[in-house]
Amino acid sequence: MTNAAIADAAVGTEPASYLEAGHTLISWLTTTDHKRIAILYAISITLFFFIGGIAIAMVRLELMTPHGLFLTSDAYNRLFSLHGIIMVWFFLVPSIPATMGNFLLPLMIGAHDVAFPRLNLLSWYLYVFGAAFTVYALLSGGVDTGWTFYTPLSTNYATGYVIAAAAGVFVVGFSSIATGVNFIATIHMLRAPGLTWFRLPLFVWGMYTVSMVMVLATPVLAMSLLLVIAERAFGLPIFDAARGGDPVLFQHMFWFYSHPAVYIMILPAMGVVSEVIPCFARRAIFGYTFMVYALIAIAVIGFMVWGHHMFVAGQSPLANLVFSFLSFIVAVPSAIKVFNWTATLHRGQITFEAPMLYALGFVGLFTIGGLTGLFLASVPIDIHATDTYFVIAHFHFIMVGGTVSAYMAGLHFWWPKVTGRMYSEAWARFAAITTFLGFNATFMPQFVMGWDGMPRRYHYYPDVFQAWHVMSSVGALILAVAYVLPLIYFGWSLIYGRRAPANPWNATGLEWQTSSPPPKENFLRLPRVEVEPYAYSDTDQVSGANNRMPVRAQGETA
Amino acid sequence: MTTDSFMTAASDYASEVDNTFWVLVTISGLITLLVASLIAGFSLRYRRGSSARRGPLPERFGHEVEIGWTMATLFLFLFIFWWAASNQLSALDVPSNALEVHVVAKQWMWRVQQPGGAREINEIHILENQPIRLVMTSEDVIHSLFLPTMRLKQDVLPGRYTFLWFTATKTGVFHLTCAEYCGTDHSVMAGRLVVMTAPDYARWTSAQPEADDLAHQGEALFFALGCSGCHAPTSSIHAPDLRGIYGHAVPLADGRIVTADEPYLRDSILLPEKDIVAGYAPIMPSFRGAVSEDDLVKLIAYLKSLSTARTLPSRQAGEDEVPTGAQ
Repeated sequence: MTNAAIADAAVGTEPASYLEAGHTLISWLTTTDHKRIAILYAISITLFFFIGGIAIAMVRLELMTPHGLFLTSDAYNRLFSLHGIIMVWFFLVPSIPATMGNFLLPLMIGAHDVAFPRLNLLSWYLYVFGAAFTVYALLSGGVDTGWTFYTPLSTNYATGYVIAAAAGVFVVGFSSIATGVNFIATIHMLRAPGLTWFRLPLFVWGMYTVSMVMVLATPVLAMSLLLVIAERAFGLPIFDAARGGDPVLFQHMFWFYSHPAVYIMILPAMGVVSEVIPCFARRAIFGYTFMVYALIAIAVIGFMVWGHHMFVAGQSPLANLVFSFLSFIVAVPSAIKVFNWTATLHRGQITFEAPMLYALGFVGLFTIGGLTGLFLASVPIDIHATDTYFVIAHFHFIMVGGTVSAYMAGLHFWWPKVTGRMYSEAWARFAAITTFLGFNATFMPQFVMGWDGMPRRYHYYPDVFQAWHVMSSVGALILAVAYVLPLIYFGWSLIYGRRAPANPWNATGLEWQTSSPPPKENFLRLPRVEVEPYAYSDTDQVSGANNRMPVRAQGETA
Repeated sequence: MTTDSFMTAASDYASEVDNTFWVLVTISGLITLLVASLIAGFSLRYRRGSSARRGPLPERFGHEVEIGWTMATLFLFLFIFWWAASNQLSALDVPSNALEVHVVAKQWMWRVQQPGGAREINEIHILENQPIRLVMTSEDVIHSLFLPTMRLKQDVLPGRYTFLWFTATKTGVFHLTCAEYCGTDHSVMAGRLVVMTAPDYARWTSAQPEADDLAHQGEALFFALGCSGCHAPTSSIHAPDLRGIYGHAVPLADGRIVTADEPYLRDSILLPEKDIVAGYAPIMPSFRGAVSEDDLVKLIAYLKSLSTARTLPSRQAGEDEVPTGAQ
């Protein structure tokens, strides 16, 4: 009898799920259960996702006409700055690691919790503390530096609440570091017996590599923001050229973090997609070891490409050449991953549930995002395209088309596990397709106008670009609908949704070998792992309902 | 031609960039098409319950495919890198006859000084087929001078000179705009690049109000600020003779040898203690705060004029005798 079957059979008698472990607000705010902390994070980042979304909705509305609609230039600048700061640090960076990572990592490796449960709770409080600064900056009038805080604009010229906003990002960085340290220790120390490194699901590898990047890169962000605060608040001459400082130094420090930050966003997304695609293709992931090495290569080389943000910032031609070369190299492992996801479909038994639709959408959008990255890695192309909408479109394909699609794929994939409820599949598929279409409608026109010379962060713009802007704004409206829909049907499922079985997708990961939602201790009996991950059926004997059974789930004993 | 034209390729370099761009678009399009058709094809052929043959692939096959497409991708990317890089490198050499135009950016305008002394705001008038070298600096935050029709942009930094050169091969009025976010009115920090034929340019030049050229104005400043008190050949104070200094190697007290280019001259005026010339005492006071960016441009133009001909350039600078900074 499999563990899954035990879990299924024991539904009536087993200890209460983690959701039953306490119903008071205090029980949630003082929990050290990684699953509850994941929920706390999910609620917080969802809130910020919609605040950041409202900010950009106003920007897109304003851009419907070349000469403005209802905002002053200052208000416009504050809105896009807010959008960037909130979406990057309060949504994208914590998105997958702090929610799905927190919830699933111990489950996937067969542990009772993360290595340091109280540090885990602290990381959420740090997030809230950082968020409080940002909300303060927002309510007192906003910040007008862009999310990049470039000096000397941020230190000596901007009129907004730069210190509060920078302090918020500074603090939330420590939340990332705490999560990273915790995950590294958890993966090293708490793997179930038999779960060797090369039996880890790729999501766990994604969490491991992203944690490394978080721990190594985030301190540099903290330093650079601290220096901005020191200069702005106390007049220390660090970036002020008039007093012998170097304004470009800030860009080096900022991008030393912020380029790896792109990988902080995309590595977990790659992990999610690597779980979803094999499950719905009923096929082991193609080239597992290559996928692992590709994740590691991206994490390592990702630290050496920051200078490609500064091709026109007065960097030497030699430096430009080196950073261009390394940027091409870092694209190779990403390309391998795309090919491997595609090859995983080969000879599968493919179905198209909502998580799979989001995951396939991810592969397509990530491919375009990655390829346009090659344009920007080429110095002559970048000189023209940088600081235009081409760059905006490029990184939104990676961060939104990539990360947010994967986040949605994961949310739909693990929703039954987290909540014990099934959502409306039809609505979810509709939302997945709408997301894909809305996304392309929003950002494809931005590639065109960007190459045509439309600079980014422009409140007023030449009339020739209006048609593209209108298309993009209409796309954004479709995208907004596609993002609000899940809020509705997920909410609906919590009350009316059918109860989810332990393993609704017949997936092989350990997290599916316990009940949905899992008990507080995750596993009644700790699993032992004897097989490779993704041991999905790859025979062509398909019959009826059983065709979804994995050949062998990871936690099963023979 | 109107300023609505963004996409005109107004120089040979711009056409080359466009070619590179379209090759990349083609390659990317093919790769996207390949991935998309594989996903669509597999999704259709291997949908659940279809009659397509399944079964495991030979282990070795998977490995070979993996190595194959890794290498193919690597070589393709290295090829694109090589191609883009060779474009980049060939664009580095500034023609020796390039005419220098000085640009000072500030929130939210562009101040331009033509070598002949003409001053412009948010406009640069140039001659077609004449290489132009922009020497740029900022008085406040970081700006970025963006010339879409030249496919060029360069950040303009406070406290430093940055450069941009191009040869416009098409006449017309083109966009010139700020690409680095610089505060409230960033989006209207725009201007025009006017590329003219020789007769038009001559007409425009002669219509400008009489003004000394930059080097002459710099010479006046050189005396007014007291520079000549020490640096004149006849001075009793031991200070470096500045004749012929521009573009030449200067040995420093700490053993380094630097080339006296614009950034060096600028630093020597504002931060004299930074690079002490070998054999001289560090007695020069800093002129930081005493000279504006515009004055610096003039002073440096004067110093440069001392090195090219040792006689000052003529008023009609744009035509043949040019005070050039090219080395």
